[in-house]
Order: sequence, then structure tokens, then C-alpha cells
Amino acid sequence: MELLSNLAIGFQTAVYPQNLFYCFLGTLIGTLIGVLPGIGPVQTLAILLPATFSLPPVSALIMLAGIYYGAQYGGSTTSILVNVPGEASSVVTCLDGHQMALRGRAGAALTISALGSFFAGTFATLLLAVLAVPLAEVAFKFGPAEYFSLMVFGLIGSIVLASGSVIKAVGMIVLGLLLGMVGTDITSGIQRFSFGIPELADGIGFVSLAMGLFGISDIIKSLERRDKRDILRSKLSGFWLDKKELKESAPAVVRGTLTGSLLGILPGGGTILSSFISYMVEKKISREPQTFGKGNIRGVASPESANNAAAQTSFIPLLTLGIPPNVVLAMMAGAMIIHGIQPGPRVISSNPQLFWGVIVSMWVGNLMLVILNLPLIGIWVRLLSVPYRVLYPAILLFCCIGLYSVNNNTFDIGLTAFLGFLGYLFAKLECEPAPLILGFVLGPMMEENLRRGMLLSRGDPSIFFTSPISLAFLLMALGMLVIVTLPAIRRKREDTFHEE
Amino acid sequence: MHIRKIKDFYAGLLFLFFGMAAMSLAQHYQIGTAAKMGPGYFPFALGGVLTVLGLCTSLKSLSRRRREEKKEPFRARPLILVLASVLLFGVLLQPLGLLLATFCLVVLASLASEEFRTKEALLNAAVLLGVVLLIFVYFLNFQVPIWPSLISGRA
Repeated sequence: MELLSNLAIGFQTAVYPQNLFYCFLGTLIGTLIGVLPGIGPVQTLAILLPATFSLPPVSALIMLAGIYYGAQYGGSTTSILVNVPGEASSVVTCLDGHQMALRGRAGAALTISALGSFFAGTFATLLLAVLAVPLAEVAFKFGPAEYFSLMVFGLIGSIVLASGSVIKAVGMIVLGLLLGMVGTDITSGIQRFSFGIPELADGIGFVSLAMGLFGISDIIKSLERRDKRDILRSKLSGFWLDKKELKESAPAVVRGTLTGSLLGILPGGGTILSSFISYMVEKKISREPQTFGKGNIRGVASPESANNAAAQTSFIPLLTLGIPPNVVLAMMAGAMIIHGIQPGPRVISSNPQLFWGVIVSMWVGNLMLVILNLPLIGIWVRLLSVPYRVLYPAILLFCCIGLYSVNNNTFDIGLTAFLGFLGYLFAKLECEPAPLILGFVLGPMMEENLRRGMLLSRGDPSIFFTSPISLAFLLMALGMLVIVTLPAIRRKREDTFHEE
Repeated sequence: MHIRKIKDFYAGLLFLFFGMAAMSLAQHYQIGTAAKMGPGYFPFALGGVLTVLGLCTSLKSLSRRRREEKKEPFRARPLILVLASVLLFGVLLQPLGLLLATFCLVVLASLASEEFRTKEALLNAAVLLGVVLLIFVYFLNFQVPIWPSLISGRA
């Protein structure tokens, strides 16, 4: 019954008018950027972080979370209607969703993706509520050695998601850890890697790094590739599913929800991976796999449920263990730290309103998405006709203004331009920036736990191998590293990424 | 010897550079012992790991056989103009104020696109000026100089 009283606390917070408003605003902005290809949730979170500074932390996190799951939702709308995936996680939805639209079943595809997402969101929210307390209690038993190994596990996990060379991904993690060292060392008070620049005394700003590596360098890349969009309009009608469609899609929704929930929790998992895998699962177990890619409703129902479930459950490791499982959650971790909340097991006990409020608001937000979006679809599709050449100067402008507002200085703007150049260089050299961001967020915590652990063991590194929990994390990390380097798996992994 | 994968070769060099730089800088901070780590210990170790990873990446890209790689288009225009517009905004914001800086950023950034149209860029700048005034100045009460310091008489 404790669960119910916790959820009641959450409801009180979530339906508080101000929070309800920011939840609505977040999902609306999320859907908007989900619709627009070229801006993903990571970039949007980076751009909007400074705008949330003046809000109370609960409202800020509710809004940022809304942007994340709203984006999953908006991305599928354009996948189905115009065959343009607004988000990477909606790429698979194009395959069958757009085929359904061409057959005149666009309405049905949109309805099942909305209902599937809502079901998945509800399930994942409950899962989060059930798992959070016990997991956080486990985390309380962790000493520095266990935490250090858990972070190693989390960081290695992020490689699974990075496409391309494993060594380069590890290199990006280490580089991220090093960038996280910039600034004043907490233990000794000495300034490291700051080159005597006073603005670097507090370290490289998370907002600068995120905007540089994701916002600005993405704009340069899109302009260089001369991305073009073809707008293809299809008619919207018939939102109701017929009996056969309903019978086929209901079990697919359940399977997608389970796949997505599981993959969302794992480090390195996330919305993209879960939508791909759930699609593959559906195709594998289907009696008529040849109908996939030709408008099979299960090819829409399952991945759409999976990506929404994963978006929700990926909050579990962040809120209970303090480990962000993917880049978007690393953004959320950055936002929490900026608002003075250290992500980890203490959040539940010290900040129950915030914790349960954010969880319940996700469910409320999902409900809003279902009710609001179906009538708004026409507007979203029209938005697609805004050309990129008008859009990107606006994005740059909001980036710059946001950057200035963080510390009221122009140094951050220059730093971000430099990091944007670095991000462009990484892209040219096929180095994924996602592991770097995770390393950057975890770097200071990792160093602190390593220092404390080694201090406790008086310099004996065997402490990491004698504690069973720590050993288990390290072995799992090693296992993952071995698996991704195995030739057979590597090929499969490349195929998966090339389907994009 | 040939470079089989030119991208990996340069990525390795980049890691090597950052790794060596980190190691040489970290030497100036106290390294300490394993039991009592100084501020230089962890960065020095990470620098070492990155150096090794960089070497591995570069060496792995070398091979006896030459393999043709697809050339990717490189265009200097978006790179230079986008970065310049951001830098310029930073430089102009305090002396010239938000409105002029916004105008310069939008026009300069618009030039980065191959589909640049003068009228459209100016119109876009005008609309965005309105948005900035409304949202940042009026609603959010943003703490930033709005007008050039000459006009507003700020020191």
C-alpha cells in the first residue's frame, strides 16, 4: 500500500496547475520537435536547459521529461504520414506505417501508435514506481568500489549503442571522463586543465558541451549534406481500427511494451535499439514475415509501444542508481545537477515530491498526448513544410541566447563554438559523441568513488574484485565488451545501424 | 605501408594528442599514491589510457593493402559561416546589444545555406527579432543589454 500512497504524493504534485502546465508545454514542444526532422530530443533538451533555470526543479524536470517522450510520439506521426522519420527511433515505423498510409489506413496506424504508446507508457510508469524503492535500497548498500564498477558497466554499455569502431567508442568515453576533470578538484581545491581562465574554474558547462556537440555540429553537418525533404501528402480518414487490426495489434503492443521496458533499463539501451529489436522480434515470430514492410499493423504497433516504454523505463537507473543509461538521460542528469539535485538513491527519500511527481507526470503527459494529438495532426503535418534554411538560424539564435543566460557571460558562447567545431571533427572522423557525454557526466563521480575506494583499501586495488557486486558489474562490462567485438555480432550490429 | 582507413588514422592521432596533453598537464598536479590519490592521479591514468587507445586506433588503420575509400563532400562554407555567426554573436552581444547581435547572427548564419535568399533571410531576421523581444525581453525579463551601449548611455 506504500506504493499507492507514494503515487498519491505524485498525483498531488503532478496535477498542481503549474506542473500540469509545464507538462503540457513539454509534451507540446516534444511533439513539435519530434515532427521536425533534424532536431532530436537531445538537441532540444540542450537548447531548452537554460530556459528551465528559473523554474522550480520539479516543474523543470517534468517539462524536460515531457519533451523526451513527446518527441517519440511526434516522430511517429510524420513517419506514418509523410515517410519522414522525425526521430531516429521512428525509423522503423516508416517501414509499415507509411505503407498503411498509402493503402488509406493512415488513421488506423496513427491510432494504434497512440494507443500502443499510451499502454506502454502506463505499464512502464507502474514498473518504474514498483522497482524504484527496492532498487534504491540496493543502491544504498553500495560502497565506493561497487559504484565505481557500476559506472564502468554503464559506460561500457553505451558502446553497444554507438555505431562503428569499439576502440574509438572507448576512446570517446575516456576523452569525456577527461573533459569532466576540467575545473576545480573538489578534494584538493586545485584547478585542473583550466589554463588560468577564470570561466573554466567551475569546469566546462554541461550546456556548452551538449549544444556544441549536438546542436551546432549537427547544423553544420546537415548544411554540408544539403538535406532535402520531399513532402508527400496522404489523406487522413478512418481513425478506428477494424476487428482484424485490433486482434493483430493487441498482442504486438504487449510484446513491444515488454521488450522496450527491458531494453530501456539496460545501460546502452534506449528508444532506438528497442524499436529496432521489437520490430525484428515481430517479424521473426510472425507466420507471414513477407507482409512486413508492406503495411502490417504489427510492424507499427510493436516498435511504437517499445520506444515509448523504453523512454519511460530508462529513468529507472538514473533515478535509483544515479547512472544515466543513454545520452538523453545524461541530459536529464545534467539538468538535475544544475538544479542542485544529485541523481541517485537519495532522491526518493530526500525529495519524494520531485521523484513521484515526475513519475506520475509522465503518465499524465502520455494521456495528454493521446487526447491532444489526434486533433492536432493536421497542424503538425503543415509544419513540415517550414524549410530547414529558415529553421536553423532560429535554432542557432536560441542556442546563443540560452548560453549567455547560463552565467551571463559571453565566454560560454565562444567555448560552445569551439566544441561545435570539435563535434564536427568527431563526425568527420566517425567518432560517436554519445559515449563522450556519458563519460563527461560520470567523470567526477567516478574519480571520487575511485579515490574513496582506494583510500578505504589502503591502496589495494583488489577491493574491486573481492566485493561480489563489484566483481559482477566488472564481469558484465567485460562480457559486453567481448560480445560487441565478436565478429559475428559485429556484423549484425553494423547491419542494424545501416538499416537507418 | 598504406593507410587503410584514413578516418581511423586521424581519429587515433586526435586521441593521441588529447592523451599526451592530459598526461603532460597532469604531471604538474600532485599525483600522490594509490592509497592517497592526488588531483593528478586519475587524469594522468586516463591520459595514459587515451594515448594507448590512440596508438592502437592509428596503427590498426595501417595496412599493406590500399583500399579505396569513398570521398565525402567537404564544404567550408557552412562550417565557417555557422561557427563565425555564433562567435560574432558572442563578440557583439555586450557592446551592440541583443537586437543588433541577433540580426547579425541570423543573416550571417542564413548565408551558410546554399539556398540563401536575401529577402527571406531579412524577413526571417525581422520575425526572430520580434520573437526575441516578446519572449526573452518581455516575458522572461532576460538580463542582457538590448540596445547598443552608445544609445542607451551605458558605460
